[in-house]
Amino acid sequence: MIEFNSVSKSYDGGVSFAVKNFVLRVNRGEVLALVGESGCGKTTTLKMVNRLVSPCSGFVSIAGKSVLDICVQDLRRNIGYVFQGVGLFPHYSVRENVSAVPSLLGWSPEAVEERCSELLALVGLPLASFGNRMPMELSGGQAQRVGVARALAAKPEILLMDEPFGALDPINRAELQGEFVRIQKSLKLTVVMVTHDVTEAMLVADRIAIMKQGRILQCDTAAGLLSSPTDDYVTKLMKTPLTRALEVSKLVSAAQTTDYFR
Amino acid sequence: MSVDFEMKFLQNFLDALQGHLSLTLASVAIGIIVSIPSGVLAHQFPRAKQPLMVIINIIQTIPGLAILALVVTFLGGRIGFLPAFIALTLYSMLPIVRNTITGLEAVPWDVSEAAKGIGMSRSQRLILVELPLAKPVIIAGLRTAIVWTVGMATLATLVGAPSFGNYIFTGLQTRNLESVLLGSVASAALALVLDAAIGLYQKRSIERTRGVVGKRSFFLLFYQFFVVMVLVLAIATIFWPAKQVDVVVGAKGYTEQHVLAGLLSAELNRAGFKTEQKIGLGSQVIFEALRGNSIDVYFEYSGTVWAGHMSHEDNPGPEVIREAVERYVESQGVYFVGFGGFENRYALAMRRDRAEALGVTSITDLAGIGESMKAGGDLEFFGRLEWIRTNQIYGVDFDEKLIFDSSMMYGAVASGEVDVISAYTTDGRIAAYDLLILDDPNNAMLSYDAMLLSSDRITKRPGVMRVLARLANRLTDANMREANRMVDVDGLPVSTAVAFLQNTVNFDYKSD
Repeated sequence: MIEFNSVSKSYDGGVSFAVKNFVLRVNRGEVLALVGESGCGKTTTLKMVNRLVSPCSGFVSIAGKSVLDICVQDLRRNIGYVFQGVGLFPHYSVRENVSAVPSLLGWSPEAVEERCSELLALVGLPLASFGNRMPMELSGGQAQRVGVARALAAKPEILLMDEPFGALDPINRAELQGEFVRIQKSLKLTVVMVTHDVTEAMLVADRIAIMKQGRILQCDTAAGLLSSPTDDYVTKLMKTPLTRALEVSKLVSAAQTTDYFR
Repeated sequence: MSVDFEMKFLQNFLDALQGHLSLTLASVAIGIIVSIPSGVLAHQFPRAKQPLMVIINIIQTIPGLAILALVVTFLGGRIGFLPAFIALTLYSMLPIVRNTITGLEAVPWDVSEAAKGIGMSRSQRLILVELPLAKPVIIAGLRTAIVWTVGMATLATLVGAPSFGNYIFTGLQTRNLESVLLGSVASAALALVLDAAIGLYQKRSIERTRGVVGKRSFFLLFYQFFVVMVLVLAIATIFWPAKQVDVVVGAKGYTEQHVLAGLLSAELNRAGFKTEQKIGLGSQVIFEALRGNSIDVYFEYSGTVWAGHMSHEDNPGPEVIREAVERYVESQGVYFVGFGGFENRYALAMRRDRAEALGVTSITDLAGIGESMKAGGDLEFFGRLEWIRTNQIYGVDFDEKLIFDSSMMYGAVASGEVDVISAYTTDGRIAAYDLLILDDPNNAMLSYDAMLLSSDRITKRPGVMRVLARLANRLTDANMREANRMVDVDGLPVSTAVAFLQNTVNFDYKSD
């Protein structure tokens, strides 16, 4: 579905590269997570799909067609985009935010309204009670749900997500991750998602691409990365969720024996 | 018989209000139309931002009066609505441009990113997202612009556009404090009303954004309709044809000129011509206006033309100056009707008791003791040839040289605040305050013979020219001094002084 063909990007005219000779194929209906430290080039990679960033060499193609050959506005309107900042339009109500893209695409008002109602129901914020609220009246979790609804408004097949759950508290975060998986399966979305949280990637993604300094170290399923890592960094990174879970487990056991939870 | 040329108070006030309001609104309206796109461009093309802000800031640092004078000169001497409108428009730009840029720069990055990410084009981002979010800041700039412009519109009087400045400047000249107060309060009230109107709109539109008021708020619709109508009317004023008048009478900004303009109007009205007065024009502006046919007739002074327009620095005596000046003005395309018959030159004057105590009767006597005295001059005296020559010829200088508006200068010498002032020889306050005019044996002061000048345009109206010709060489120093005194000292209206001149001089009016 999405192919990165030896894509490179430098922000300083070729002195250093944010992304270098990046080759990757994302299959239809798959969730692919880009995981790595801050500055490893994962956001740059993501933004080259909807042309918020242009590659210096190589090209990204969608369904065999280079994104450079698609009108940039059409391209973006047909790719959902969700990011940590959410970026709801503060002067638009929830309804107007979700309706933004279908309206730009020239849908009829009835179709827009129906889609709006459908999507808000999907993300658990019924139109009747939330439609007229302003973004400043929403909690962080609610705002992010509206952000997802807005991204899905024009029925895109592709969804790009940049740290979508990063700013949420743990409970909201776990809940929204679960709901996201449900939505993704039901709509059969092709998703590229950027995160620095390996646990999140393991729980949500079908495949994980581990990135370091603008390159892919290894790309595989979580099981594949755990069982046959090709790089020490991959080994170390993939072990962290398990190591931490064990530590947490020990603390929990200790707490139980000292009656903390009784 | 006096002619009642002063219109009813209400009519005057409404004229000033209409002039002030249309000038302000038209300037700010055009200011918005120019400034918001400029601000947007500066935001989109950061390289343009610096030069734009430098230009606008420079405009802002030029004093209001100077920019008015510059625009008049630039328009070839045209006075009235247009130059005032252009100057005010330039002045209104800074706060709007600055706030447009600030407002656009303050749009949160995630919102711009989202707008881009969902596929809005550049213009859609601007119109649907960035400008609406910057709107409160832009409107704050607009409010600043409105208040500045209302204030500066009072200066429009000086280039012949009616405004509440008429009350202020006429009041200052005729020592009528009520008039000054009326003009100031009316102007301030207008500023407050316009500011509050925008404030109300802003408040409602914020409530709307917050969803407090229904989307199709009736109030907002009505308000927007109202604002659009006012703006349309204001802009339409620019293109309204001028009032049908036969002769436009000009005057500079002091009592004698007001009286002379009143006299010209009264005599022309008596002969059946409709007149309009442009009062309070600056010395440079008024001659340009006559050349450009923006005004048709006014009284000038020979010394002003000799030193000011012809840039001479010597004093060959009254006769030579009279001849040279007459030739000069005709070469400039204006018509020389004749001399006025009186002279209003600069002179140094002291309180009589003080002069006697010091034994001073002539400027010569000031040499040596001037250094311990304070002198007061009008806005231009100490920069003029008269002072330079006084200083050179008599070797006189003063401890302090203070600058006053001419209406304040006489009070300053009478109260002893200053010892000497640059008086005008036909000023009624010389007698009223018992001042002594110091002799000038070596002719340091230029002669200022009044001369009646008319525009080239009006020479094609023989009837008008006959009236003007009868006004030449009829007035005397004594008449003028008395007329000036009535206004400046007794606080009588200009019309009374005009009636006095008409009764005393009898500008005989038989058909010829």
